[in-house]
Amino acid sequence: MKWLSPNALCAFASLLTPLAAFASDSHTGADSMQAAREALRAHMGGQKTTALFVDRLEYRSNEGDPVMLWDAQASYGGDINRALLKTEGEYLLDDSQTEEAEVQALYSRAVSPYFDLQAGLRYDVNPEPDRYSAVLGVQGLAPYWFELDAAAFISQRGDVSARIELEYDLLLTQRLILQPRLELDVSLQDVPELGRGSGLASIESGIRLRYEIQREFAPYIGVAWERDLGDTADFSRAEGESISRLSVVAGVRVWF
Amino acid sequence: MQSRRGFIYSGAAASTLLGLQALLPPWARSETRHQHSRLPTLSGTEFNLTIGRTPLSIDGQAAGAITVNGTLPAPLLRWREGDTVTLNVSNQLAEDTSIHWHGILLPFEMDGVPGVTFPGIRPGETFTYRFPVKQAGTYWYHSHSNLQEQLGHYGPLIIDPADPDPVDYDREHVLLLSDWTFLDPHALFATLKKQSDSLNYQKRTLGDFLDDVREDGVAATVEDRLMWGAMRMSPTDISDVTGATYTYLVNGQAPDANWTGLFRPGERVRLRIINASAMSFFNVRIPGLPMTVVQADGLNVQPVATDEFQIGVAETYDVIVSPEKERAYTVMCEAIDGSGYGRATLAPRPGMSAPVPALRPRPLLTMEDMGMTHGSHAEHAHHEGHSMPDMRVQQHDHPAGPGVANLAENPVSRLHEPGIGLEDVAHRALAYSDLRSLDPNPDQREPGREMELHLTSNMERYMWSFDGVQYSAVEEPIVFHHGERLRLTMVNDTMMPHPIHLHGMFFQLVNGGGAHKPNKHTIIVKPAEKLSIDITADALGDWAFHCHLLYHMHAGMFQVVSVREREVGA
Repeated sequence: MKWLSPNALCAFASLLTPLAAFASDSHTGADSMQAAREALRAHMGGQKTTALFVDRLEYRSNEGDPVMLWDAQASYGGDINRALLKTEGEYLLDDSQTEEAEVQALYSRAVSPYFDLQAGLRYDVNPEPDRYSAVLGVQGLAPYWFELDAAAFISQRGDVSARIELEYDLLLTQRLILQPRLELDVSLQDVPELGRGSGLASIESGIRLRYEIQREFAPYIGVAWERDLGDTADFSRAEGESISRLSVVAGVRVWF
Repeated sequence: MQSRRGFIYSGAAASTLLGLQALLPPWARSETRHQHSRLPTLSGTEFNLTIGRTPLSIDGQAAGAITVNGTLPAPLLRWREGDTVTLNVSNQLAEDTSIHWHGILLPFEMDGVPGVTFPGIRPGETFTYRFPVKQAGTYWYHSHSNLQEQLGHYGPLIIDPADPDPVDYDREHVLLLSDWTFLDPHALFATLKKQSDSLNYQKRTLGDFLDDVREDGVAATVEDRLMWGAMRMSPTDISDVTGATYTYLVNGQAPDANWTGLFRPGERVRLRIINASAMSFFNVRIPGLPMTVVQADGLNVQPVATDEFQIGVAETYDVIVSPEKERAYTVMCEAIDGSGYGRATLAPRPGMSAPVPALRPRPLLTMEDMGMTHGSHAEHAHHEGHSMPDMRVQQHDHPAGPGVANLAENPVSRLHEPGIGLEDVAHRALAYSDLRSLDPNPDQREPGREMELHLTSNMERYMWSFDGVQYSAVEEPIVFHHGERLRLTMVNDTMMPHPIHLHGMFFQLVNGGGAHKPNKHTIIVKPAEKLSIDITADALGDWAFHCHLLYHMHAGMFQVVSVREREVGA
C-alpha cells in the first residue's frame, strides 16, 4: 500500500480542502490564526505613529516690541495617510496679547516619494475678525535637501493668499547646525482689514544656529528680518508701522 | 572518530567578575569562571525554555532585557543530528512571544512565526515544539514577535553532526554578536519613522566639504554634493541605527568587559560566529591571526583562508584559527559604518588583552551603490533557455509610489566585493564569490522558472518593501510549487545592504560555483546589486521571507512564501 503513505494522504487532504489560502489553518484553528495574521500585517508596515514637531518656539526682540512666536505641527497616521494639525502665531509680550494665531486641521496624503498633498481648514483667531479658510498645500523635501511647505488659502470672504516656506540645514558639525529660512506671503487682492496688499506681500528671512543636545531637543539663536512689500508696505506706512523689522531670536526646536 | 582532543583546561579561577557575569549562561562567561574547554550547554533532546523579563547590567547600566531562562544571550542549545528534539517554551511575559529556529529545516508549523505558522505563544502559556533534527552546524534562535529580538531574545544553537565532522579542530568558542540599546525598540522605530537620518552622527559637514575642496577642487566637490543633493540621498547613510545608539556585544558583553576565549598555542580553534543583531553588520578580523572559513550559515564550505569578513545580520560563519604564540588576540567586530565595535579576546590565559585597533574612517557610498539611478527601470532580464510553455517567467512590475524613492538603473553582480567598509583593506577579505559548498549540491536540476523580486524603499519616509508593497498591503503570498527547482533573482533598488532570509529551506547562491554553490539561509544583497539564488521547494507550507534588519522587516520588508502542490490545471 505504498500509495497510502502519509505524504500521499496529506496531498490528498490538501486537494479536498478548498484552497487553503493559508497552510497554518490546517493545524491551528483558522480563527486564532486570523487574529495573528491581522496582527502581523499591522506589525509589518501598518504602524500608526504620532509625531509632534515644534519647529520654532522663540523669543523675538522685534525692535523693542518683543514677541513669543510658535510654529508647530502634530500628526497621526500611517505612511500614506495622516491627520495633521499645524499652528503658528505670535504673542506680544509687553501687551500680553496674541498678535496673530492660526490653526490648520489637514488631511495629508503622500503622493510622491518626497511630497505630501495636504487639504483642510484654517482658522485664524487673530487678527480680528475671526476667519476661516480652505487650505490646499504641499509639504515635503525638495531636491538639494530643501524642506518646503507651500499652501494656498481661500477665506470665507473669497480672498486668496499663499505662503511658501523653505528651510535648509547646513551641518557645521554633527550637532551644530545652521538653518537659513525663507518665507514668502502672497496675496491675490488687497485685504485692507488685514493690512495686506495684492502681490508679494511680505518676505521673512532668517538664519538660526542650533545645537542638537539630542536630535529631538535643540536650543538656538539667530536673526530674523521681516519686510513688507508693495501695497502691503503702503498699508503699514499708513498705519504708522514700520515696514521692516529686524529681530534677534532665541528659542528651542523640539520634536518627539 | 572525532579528532578534537578535548582536554580539560584547569586554569586558575580567581577573577574579578562583573555583575553581568553571573547572569550570563555559563558558556558565555569569560573563561575565568569555569574550567572546561568544552562549552557547558543545554543539551539533549528535551528542553524547557522560559521567556521572561530580566533586569541586568550592560556596560555598567541597568537594562531590562527579554531573556530565555534568565540570561542574555539565551542558553546555547546543543542538539545532535538525527535526534528528535522537544522544546517546551513557556511565556512569562505580559505579551505574546515565539521562538524561531533560524536556519533549521523543520515542519513549517514548528517554525515559530506568529501570523504565518502558528498564532504565537500567549502570556502564561507553554508551546511545545517537536521535530526531527535533519542537519548539523552553527545556527541560532530568536523571537519573531514584537521587536523582542532587540531586547535580548536570541541565543546560539549548535547541532553536532551524526557523522564525523569534516572540520578538524581542538576546541571551539561561540561568538554571538548583537546590538543593545537602552531605548524602547518601538520608540526607536518611531524615531526612524519621524526622522530617518537622526541616528546618524557621521554625516558630511562643512568641514568635510572644505577637506574635499582641498583634495578634489571646488568644481568636483560641488558637483559631488549637487549629485547627492539632487537625489536627496546621503553617502553616509550606511546604517539606520549606529554606534551612537547601540552598545555592541559579544556573548552579551560590552567591549570593555572583554569576553575572553582561551586557547593553547598550537591548537586549532573553531570560532562559531553568529550575528544576532537587530540592525548591525560587522566586519570581523583578528589582527595577527589569519582565519580559515569552514562553514557559512551552518553548512560546510570548502576551506577559504581570509583575514577579514563581513557578517550580515542573521548570518553565521565558522572559522578555524591556529594561534601559535603565547599572546592575546583581539577579535575585532567593527560596525560596517565605523561607528562602533564589539570585541572579544582570544588568549592563552584569562586576564590578557591585545591592542584594540582604532575604528577605521567611516566609508562612503558611491555611485555604484546608487545603481546610476533615475527614472526608468532596469530592463527585466527574461530568463532564456527555459521554454516550457506552462512556466512563463514571472515578472514583477512593481508599483513605484511614495514607498519607492529609488530605482537601480544598472544593477550589477557584486558577489566578488567583500562589502561596505572593506573596499580598500590591505589584506584578504572574504567575498561571496569565494564560497563553495563542501558537498555537491543535492539538487542539480536547472531551475524550471525564474522569479524576480525587487528590494524597495523610501528611506526618507522609512518605508521598506518587496516590489514596492509593504507587507501590510500585500494581498498574495509568493507561491512556490512543491518539488520545483526555481531561481529567485533579487534586485536591490535601495542604497542599503539587506540580509534577506528565507525560512524553511536553504538556497544556493548562484556565484559560479557549479555543483558546489554555497548554501545559505540569509544572503546580503548589496546596494544596487542583482543576484540570483536557486531554491528547491521541498518544504510544504507557509514560510516567512524577509529582510533580517529588524526595523526594515517591521516597516514592511516581509513576505510569505507559500510552498504548495501545483494546482491541477494551473
